[in-house]
Amino acid sequence: MALLEINNVSLSFGGLKAVDDVSLYVNKGEIVSLIGPNGAGKTTMFNILTGIYKIDHGGILFDGYPIQNKIPQDIVKAGISRTFQNIRLFRNIRVIENVLVGCHITIKYNFFDALFRTPKYRRAERQNMVRAVRLLYDVGLSHRVHDYASNLPYGEQRKLEIARALATGAKLILLDEPAAGMNPQESAELLRFILGLRGRGYTILMIEHDMSVVMNISDRIYVLDYGKLISQGLPQEVANDPKVIEAYLGGIQNVEN
Amino acid sequence: MEKNTEEPLKTAGGLYRVELFFSKRRMILIPAAFILFLAVPLMGFNQYILRIFTVIGIYIILSLALNLVAGYTGQLSMGNAAFYAIGAYTATLLLLRGGVNYWLTIPLAAVLAGFCGLLLGLPTFRLRGSYLTIVTLGFGEIVRMILMNWDSVTNGTLGIRNIPAPDFFGITLSLRNGGFYYLVLFLVVLVSAASWFIVNSKIGRAFVSIREDEIAAQMMGIRTTKYKALAFVLSAFFSGLAGAFYAPMVGYIDSNSFTFEVSSQIISMAILGGLGTMRGMFFGAAVLIVFPEVSRFLMDYRFVIYGVILVLMMRFRPQGLLGWQPRVPVRFSKTVRSDLMREGILPEGE
Repeated sequence: MALLEINNVSLSFGGLKAVDDVSLYVNKGEIVSLIGPNGAGKTTMFNILTGIYKIDHGGILFDGYPIQNKIPQDIVKAGISRTFQNIRLFRNIRVIENVLVGCHITIKYNFFDALFRTPKYRRAERQNMVRAVRLLYDVGLSHRVHDYASNLPYGEQRKLEIARALATGAKLILLDEPAAGMNPQESAELLRFILGLRGRGYTILMIEHDMSVVMNISDRIYVLDYGKLISQGLPQEVANDPKVIEAYLGGIQNVEN
Repeated sequence: MEKNTEEPLKTAGGLYRVELFFSKRRMILIPAAFILFLAVPLMGFNQYILRIFTVIGIYIILSLALNLVAGYTGQLSMGNAAFYAIGAYTATLLLLRGGVNYWLTIPLAAVLAGFCGLLLGLPTFRLRGSYLTIVTLGFGEIVRMILMNWDSVTNGTLGIRNIPAPDFFGITLSLRNGGFYYLVLFLVVLVSAASWFIVNSKIGRAFVSIREDEIAAQMMGIRTTKYKALAFVLSAFFSGLAGAFYAPMVGYIDSNSFTFEVSSQIISMAILGGLGTMRGMFFGAAVLIVFPEVSRFLMDYRFVIYGVILVLMMRFRPQGLLGWQPRVPVRFSKTVRSDLMREGILPEGE
């Protein structure tokens, strides 16, 4: 059974069908890419998956449980976490604190444990501090633990966002254009990093425009255009699909219409 | 030992050294400061000076309370004087009409204020930024109007007079014998400790994440509405505590003791000191209580200077005088350090 199953999901903003009857699935341990021209509805799809938008029709199953129209907090708890197209870090706090905020739902103590510094508080804080440092070490940011998030260079901010998403304990990570603004060396490094994530048991669904990344890393690709799924399959199949080429480069205009 | 951690922070310069100095010696400096403040009434100050110290204490509590909402959670409340008022009136009425023991009125007043904080926290489910601020402003005025017009309970504009000073094992607290000073010192320590413990936990981190980016905070699984409401409750609770202390100290309260000026004064203190820091609250409260006293000879020019300071602050130091980001490395406890060493994650020598 697929880890994530999206069945006939539709969402309209007024008269605009932002997502139109889209179905897709992601198996455990896969890297699946969602591509398409600007405005195709890719990020809308992510916002639906993470509970920011409520859908009009359809259903979403994660790990066998329906998660459509749940609030974001419950979806994170179920095990889906994301990064953002325009990086949304907590800029004025430290790198380690960013990851600790990500750990929030894995830290089990209540208000009074914190107020009275109970053994439960101390144990949870200690475990999660170690966990946060380990996550930063894993993404290659151990030298940045004490820095403020806003002081990191762009590429490291992206990595930090991914570390923060991992900290929630999610199984499925949604990456929204992780390679945006990166030079070829950086995106090659990112590619290795994402493959490493899969190696550690994470499942990845990503939106990406950088074809060198998409074609090299994806197990399967879905192509969206004007909210509709126009193609899907292995990277080679999608790259040669005339409909995809038309969507990206424009086809022959139908004059009579 | 500090070598490695200093590497990426080298540019910090002089301020960094000062921070490191305080950070390393905090276990000596904080108790030393506490002992110094314990000794203040024994230094032969007159009642006027002791009163200023006590009022600074009240405003430290009020600023720390505001800081939880405005500084950490990023929801500017302009109605905190209302909680102060609710605390003062509740304690007074319980004391005079209910015959409740003074030492019980303080927590009860704080709890009622906290409950009202929950009521004010409810609009945060729907309102953001300046819209929320306007609601808190309105809340402050509504509470004041109620206190002014609910004659049968609050005695209206006449206020409540002759609020008796509490006894502590047979000694009646007064400003002269330092009783009120010691009580406010105790409350300041209590509120500071509570505030510190809350801020340095997952609750405080949730507050800050809401301030920094609410959507991202939700995506981390943080129930932002719950935490915003909690911030308001805590802020109201501590403000109520200050109010319950204030009423018997001055012996007289009326609705004019809790005008918008009080709210704006608390906000000024927090901004002057540095929102989102605790040190700034102590500093801001001390400066803005002492300044009008020492500048009495300037009379009418006082507010001109006040205005000039505010403008200069906005231009050159919007984060507050003490509002810098600490640059000393995060403190790992010994156990965390040893855990990291064992996993080989902590670089040798750090």
